[in-house]
Amino acid sequence: MRLAWWKISSILLLCYAVAGGMLLPVPALSQLGETIRNLYFHVCMWFAMMILFTISIIYSIKYLNKSDLRHDIKAKSYAAVGTYMGLLGYSTGAIWASFTWADPNNPAYASFGSIMREPKLIGAAMALLIYGAYFILRSSIKDMDQRARVSAVYNVFAYTMLFPSIWIIPRLLPSLHPGQEGNPALNFNDIDSRMRMVFYPAVLGWTLLGAWITTLKIRIELIQEKKILTNEK
Amino acid sequence: MHAYKQFSALLKKEILLELRQKHALYGMMLYIASTIFVLYLTLGDAEAETWNALFWITQLFICINAVAKSFLQEAKGRMLYHFSITTPSAFILSKIVYNVLLMGIMNILNLILYTAFLGDPTTSFFAFVGISLLGSIGLSLVFTMLAAIASKAMQQASLMAILGFPIIIPQLMLLVRLSKTAFSEIFRDGAPLQVILLLLALDLSVILLAVILYPFLWKD
Repeated sequence: MRLAWWKISSILLLCYAVAGGMLLPVPALSQLGETIRNLYFHVCMWFAMMILFTISIIYSIKYLNKSDLRHDIKAKSYAAVGTYMGLLGYSTGAIWASFTWADPNNPAYASFGSIMREPKLIGAAMALLIYGAYFILRSSIKDMDQRARVSAVYNVFAYTMLFPSIWIIPRLLPSLHPGQEGNPALNFNDIDSRMRMVFYPAVLGWTLLGAWITTLKIRIELIQEKKILTNEK
Repeated sequence: MHAYKQFSALLKKEILLELRQKHALYGMMLYIASTIFVLYLTLGDAEAETWNALFWITQLFICINAVAKSFLQEAKGRMLYHFSITTPSAFILSKIVYNVLLMGIMNILNLILYTAFLGDPTTSFFAFVGISLLGSIGLSLVFTMLAAIASKAMQQASLMAILGFPIIIPQLMLLVRLSKTAFSEIFRDGAPLQVILLLLALDLSVILLAVILYPFLWKD
């Protein structure tokens, strides 16, 4: 079995991130305790999601330029895996929040409600809603070329509208989530230098893993659609 | 000059069509009136915060209904005709301007009925009128583009809401925040101006995106 260099580096980086994330020293914060190690998983999922969505929009633009259905399949697959990463980001966040935010004196549904109302989560939820709408739009158009074109237009439009909102909303509402003045994780001073040694490799590793999964999806779909794609040429 | 001529002819066509098929316009007005009447019956006198939030929600639904029909009423044959005689940017710009005008009128009507039924908790009503007009421009711009996208798919009306809500949330939040200036809430110096500029920048980017992206939707 031969693997491309970036697949090998993804495996190595993730091995390092998981082992290092569990074992290497972290700053001792009374509030977070050892749950701080979840940073290597939770935040990386969001990074991977945004990077995969960005790749997806690049393929959408390519499709609009070239009208090659292969680009549409790629755009769709990157959006799908990006959405999956987003859901994983949600679930890792929920586990984290249940240890740090949830008040044991309150009933579970009350904590659940306060977590759902969290403004930083609204930004993430909007990204997921937009891509949910993207897939519904795709499924409601029968003609292949038209589906590809219309969904590419929506992808570009929604993505560009999403960006200002990710910058605006966190600044409008008070929040418990770290990174109050702007975007969590994009501020380089927020994070301890010891954690950076694991965090950046972990981001890279998870993103590469996402890209790897996507390339497999793309290959399956290209085989499935072989007839149409070869007829086109 | 040629493009401007096309644009003005298309805009005139839209307005003429609207005036000839008055039932759609009256339908919209009745929609506003009955929505507000339901609000009045269920809510009675509203507090400023609720009043503000509900006003923007009604604006949102009015906009979806008013703008949705602009593309849905175009028959396939007529689109083909437009395709052969005009450029896509003139076409989408005429739609945008027409929808902004329509939404502006609906906005005024909404404001009149809304204050008549639900009272007027604002401290400076004219500031609120200005903010609501600014908001209606932004809403109609975004939904014109989404109507163009949704018109290519099935179940267009419900699809427009699904496609549009996540995109419009930030604008709506900015507008709700900005309208609080009309309720004598104290803001940091220059903060309202910042929000207004931000909204205008968003509007401009939507127009740019529409002009860039519409040519791709346009060919069938």
